[in-house]
Amino acid sequence: MSTAAAVKKPKISVPFDYSKYLRKGKLPHIWCPGCGHGIVLKSLLRAIEKSGLSKDDICMVSGIGCSSRTPGYVDFNTLHTLHGRALSYATGVKLAKPEMKVIVVTGDGDALAIGGNHFIHTCRRNIDMTILVYSNAIYGMTGGQFSPTTPSGSYSTTSRYGNIEPVFDCCELAKASGATFVARGTAYHVQELERIILESLKHKGTSVVEILDSCPVYYGRLNKMKSASQMMELIEKNGTVSVKQVDKLPPEKVQGKLLRGILHKEDRPEYCEEYQKLIDRVSGK
Amino acid sequence: MAEKKKLFMQGNEACAEGALYAGCRFYAGYPITPSTEIAEYLSRTLPRVGGKFIQMEDEIASISAIAGASLAGLKSMTATSGPGFSLKQEGLGYACMAEIPCVIVDVMRGGPSTGYPTGPSQSDVMQAKWGTHGDHPVIAVTPAYVQEILHETVRAFNLSEKYRTPVLILFDEIVGHMREPVMLPEEGELEVIDREKPTCPPEEYLPYDAGYEIPPLAAFGEGYRFHVTGLNHKDDGFPTNDPEMIQEGIKRIIRKIDNNKEDIWKNEEHYIDGAEVVVFAYGSTARSAKYAVRELRKKGVKAGLLRALTLWPFPDEALKDACQKARAVVVPELNLGQIVYEVERLVDCHVEGIYRVDGEPINPMQIMEAMEKYS
Repeated sequence: MSTAAAVKKPKISVPFDYSKYLRKGKLPHIWCPGCGHGIVLKSLLRAIEKSGLSKDDICMVSGIGCSSRTPGYVDFNTLHTLHGRALSYATGVKLAKPEMKVIVVTGDGDALAIGGNHFIHTCRRNIDMTILVYSNAIYGMTGGQFSPTTPSGSYSTTSRYGNIEPVFDCCELAKASGATFVARGTAYHVQELERIILESLKHKGTSVVEILDSCPVYYGRLNKMKSASQMMELIEKNGTVSVKQVDKLPPEKVQGKLLRGILHKEDRPEYCEEYQKLIDRVSGK
Repeated sequence: MAEKKKLFMQGNEACAEGALYAGCRFYAGYPITPSTEIAEYLSRTLPRVGGKFIQMEDEIASISAIAGASLAGLKSMTATSGPGFSLKQEGLGYACMAEIPCVIVDVMRGGPSTGYPTGPSQSDVMQAKWGTHGDHPVIAVTPAYVQEILHETVRAFNLSEKYRTPVLILFDEIVGHMREPVMLPEEGELEVIDREKPTCPPEEYLPYDAGYEIPPLAAFGEGYRFHVTGLNHKDDGFPTNDPEMIQEGIKRIIRKIDNNKEDIWKNEEHYIDGAEVVVFAYGSTARSAKYAVRELRKKGVKAGLLRALTLWPFPDEALKDACQKARAVVVPELNLGQIVYEVERLVDCHVEGIYRVDGEPINPMQIMEAMEKYS
């Protein structure tokens, strides 16, 4: 064979060394085969590498659920807390040590159901932290119950006749609550996800990244998607449209789809900085 | 040396002053009667000393935030009352399990449910002991006077830092809202204990090292990069399913309190030597009991008072000693009988409870009448 491609000088890329950030003794992880959480974690670690943050300066906080097991595997200051309360613990850590980079890893049930109140108020305060919502539209850890992001009509172990509840749009909720950086990525579009997470880490204020993820074992099995790749295809082909393309596409190709990319970004006073100003104003008085 | 400051202040304000004295630099809370003045006072005073006050969206968020701040190295406190105390129970268990020093104040009001927000009560004393699920250690202090609230708040922080565990301060609406003269302690006058930090290299650090009775606690962001979870964990802080490690881990957090009861207990005795009728009381009820005992002594009745300033762990030894010659023990409580069962468990003599849940205090006459029957 002597095609042009064959004679082209091969691109040599050094594989990214994830082990620098992993607690290797704590692996293998508990995630099921086909779960997207590992893909998301890898995007996150690449973004952290590019951000230049040091491991000592990162505090990763989580609640309860499959995604919330992430902190156990990474070599940062790590805090695995109560169901729904990760943002409150994270608020305490951040206020006590504002120089730290706080990353919250949470799921759709953890952030938007049991932790919904904390989610909206954290966004409102605009306290500096990156909140990664791994949204796989199901409660995986407890065996496949519907969550606030389970699509209407979908099946779960607690919606055997189809889910009659409407969904929360995590990004709209974050934006309306006051988050100053709101984005959506997916476990399929991994390079885009890495870029989005990197931007969220650079942002000063509350950043929310909803990450559409897949749970083939529970969501897939109950909704007639036989394999993990089938679920990825759903995310790729049917589920989302990039914000960069949305204006160029005919309305019928956009309808019913979720937007991907950075959806909202604004500058607004950050909580810890405002608190420091208050201290400077009143201290010694 | 600065002149000692004498102030006329409320119990809730004294609690806030005690927290500041102890070095509390983080407070998270949610408004609730009759504890709100603690939050108000600290929202004014904390930023003046470089500390942080945050009003959270609810009581659950508040106890979670103080645990987070404590892990990042700040002495932290939250305050609440009945309904809020119920909401905090899961977070309290987390702090016990993860061994996070912090102080939780419950200014008790009438319950159950919304109950009587402006009325006093002592009906959370068993919730303080058993409210969170699972076996766990509990330290609860029960001051009865405004000055004492300040001192006991400092002691609560000290116990919390020393034993790496949450400490509860229980008082009630009466003393929380009462105003009395308070002498502010001078710097250095009261002992202030800070948690022990690790001195080993970070790679050797085990946050739950069973080789220690109370393992040293590093702060996040200082190079130790450790893991904290509410799951049963090994000495390195990571989850375990090993039956032996699970059991030993739970036993250790209970043992660290049990083995140090002598240090944690604090009682006050009045005329207890040779007392034939004893009143066992705590919190504001003990004020009436003290008056009753004094009056009975004037009448020649051999009455004595044992007052617990540490209610949990329960003062077993002091109570048994106090009742050696007693025919009866009277237990006044602003509930329908909670601590009375602890007393029954420990003494051989007759036990009589005096209860009240109508939002009024137990007055000295009630206690005197009960005690006179056994004179």
